[in-house]
Amino acid sequence: MKFLDALLGRSKPKQPKLDALFGVTGAAITLEAAAGMRPTGQAAVCFKPASGQGFAAASEELKGLLELAVTEAGSTLEVSDDRYGYRWVVLADPEMEDLVTSVHLVNSTLEQHGFGPQLLCSVFAFTDDAGRRFHLVYLYKRGTFYPFAPLDGERRDNELELRVKATLGGDLPIEPELARWFALWGLPLG
Amino acid sequence: MARTRFPADAGLTSRMLGTMFLLGLLYVVFVAVLIAILKSWLVIVLIAGGFLFFQYFFSDRLALSAMRGHEVSPEQAPELHQMIDRLCALADMPKPKVAIADNDMPNAFATGRNQKHAVVCVTTGIMRKLSAPELEAVLSHELSHVAHRDVAVMTIASFLGILAGIVVRSSIYSGAFGGGWGRSNDRDSNAGAVILLVVLASAVVYALSFLLTRLLSRYRELSADRAGAILIGRPSLLASALVKITGDMGRIPSRDLRAAEPLNAFFFAPALAPGFSFSTLFATHPPLDRRLEQLARLEAQLGRPA
Repeated sequence: MKFLDALLGRSKPKQPKLDALFGVTGAAITLEAAAGMRPTGQAAVCFKPASGQGFAAASEELKGLLELAVTEAGSTLEVSDDRYGYRWVVLADPEMEDLVTSVHLVNSTLEQHGFGPQLLCSVFAFTDDAGRRFHLVYLYKRGTFYPFAPLDGERRDNELELRVKATLGGDLPIEPELARWFALWGLPLG
Repeated sequence: MARTRFPADAGLTSRMLGTMFLLGLLYVVFVAVLIAILKSWLVIVLIAGGFLFFQYFFSDRLALSAMRGHEVSPEQAPELHQMIDRLCALADMPKPKVAIADNDMPNAFATGRNQKHAVVCVTTGIMRKLSAPELEAVLSHELSHVAHRDVAVMTIASFLGILAGIVVRSSIYSGAFGGGWGRSNDRDSNAGAVILLVVLASAVVYALSFLLTRLLSRYRELSADRAGAILIGRPSLLASALVKITGDMGRIPSRDLRAAEPLNAFFFAPALAPGFSFSTLFATHPPLDRRLEQLARLEAQLGRPA
């Protein structure tokens, strides 16, 4: 089927895989127990806004749903656009489980409106004992995670990233191709 | 559930299938004619196969050197790399190599036989001319070429044209040196007639395959437009990039175009050249109106409420 699609030039938009996302809750416990790394309580969903009334309607509904969920759970919510034209919904909640549920709410709302292919990634922020920050990035199209530890001057702390990978190997599906661990410079998480 | 807002374009698919079928038919008929007339057809097929092989495996380097493009690292072109990183994550494909060509003509192309060997190249002209979102739209068009394996498809499609060309040339040479395919002096007149027949048949096949590969190329362009626009979710961005580029290229006097000698060769025989240029000036690309109309239709599909 894939061969035929390539032959006929009709590649289909890739649909996101959402199931593995809930594994983050367990992974956070492993990270804390094994390496002393704790979630900062912040997470973000990143997607490419589409044009047209269809997407505007989905955004409106999403906003309503999120505000409702946020007031119920006592978390906060911020929306911003980055310089590459992607939209970030930044959520904050001290409870990891609520955070993951909110992230999933954003995903499923977009997917229900047919904008699943627009989802790029979601990001969970962590910090270790020494105060070093890193992010756990979930790639929707692959259904895999990878760590991203930015340093000053657009450099990456590869040692920390590989340590996170080693710690989480059994808990989460980690992206096996290192070439796909792409950097997210200037992401709007603290 | 898993679904998309864009219904499949059955018309485009069936037109492309029809073109491929005609090309295949032409190929079968041509080889049958060669077998019927000549005994040394195997040599010709082998030579043409060699060409094909070379083109297939070196397409990335050939196109890059023709455009004088050089690969750039993430440190050299961070913005470009970030754009491609993200588009690849959206489309779930391995990241191609990224190259920049020092050229004022606004253009971009993708090449390479498969996703692992792909190169996406943009000119400095296009980076100056387009805004960042428009450049991203162009990149998603080029990445769609990579995803559709267009270099492989078009190389195989143009195989017949190369084969026919070689037959014409070698027949004329062997005729000129008096040997002929029969290699027998007793049957000189007979051999001459055979050669004439082969040259005629090959010329017809060449003309037909030339037209068909151009047609196929135009359908591949439309497919890439469609897939690229769907990937970024903003068909109008690609449309505005197209208008900007073609408008600028149209205003360049022809003397300037001819001055860019290696590029000219690259553009005018793209069925044989191993790359896909973004410009719409040539018959390998559908007319601008056609491309804009398709993008407008996609935009309308996005506008419909869910």
